[in-house]
Amino acid sequence: MAEKPKVGCARPTGGLVGQPEARQEQQTSQPTKEVRTMIQVGKPAPDFAAPAYHKGEFTSVKLSDHLGKWVVLCFYPGDFTFV
Amino acid sequence: MSVDSVFVHKMWNDHELSKMVKGGVPFPMLSDGGGKVGTAYGVYDEGAGVENRGRFIIDPDGVIQAFEVLTPPVGRHVSETLRQIQAYQLVRKSKGTEATPSGWKPGKMTLKPGPELVGRVWEVWKTSMEAD
Repeated sequence: MAEKPKVGCARPTGGLVGQPEARQEQQTSQPTKEVRTMIQVGKPAPDFAAPAYHKGEFTSVKLSDHLGKWVVLCFYPGDFTFV
Repeated sequence: MSVDSVFVHKMWNDHELSKMVKGGVPFPMLSDGGGKVGTAYGVYDEGAGVENRGRFIIDPDGVIQAFEVLTPPVGRHVSETLRQIQAYQLVRKSKGTEATPSGWKPGKMTLKPGPELVGRVWEVWKTSMEAD
């Protein structure tokens, strides 16, 4: 796991590694559609870094830091949802 | 990973999940506010502003070997994910010389693809082996 981010009032968020900044994406409506087709089995997983909560600490996770290990990445609709 | 902040992750873990799992969630709970990562993985629902139940198995080379995506109301089956990881690990260890037939789990027979197996799978693998 990477460096420990500072805990501030701003809500930290992550993003793709090697992708243009979000403000560039806002200029046109196209770029967000572009990345949608990146997923295919047998192809590299898009690298990303994201803030995380882990065992009482705020930390940060970068996918490529876990090369050499099997990784399960799970998305879910939201905290406190029921399923 | 969800669009919730790490602050909400902490509250959910500390106040609810830690009551289901002793010691709380053992792995990092990632935050993807704005859904940028979810969009790249094809699981972000722009209209709802949340991510669907996507599950990706990524191998030690960073390659996606499997994924499953469910809409919100239906939960996953964790043991199926573990079974798939065990199968991919076996295939990787065999350097691709073995394949796991339908319903395979650890201890069950694998197939060794090659010219002599073509058209003869029915002799070694029965549909009854899929279940149990």
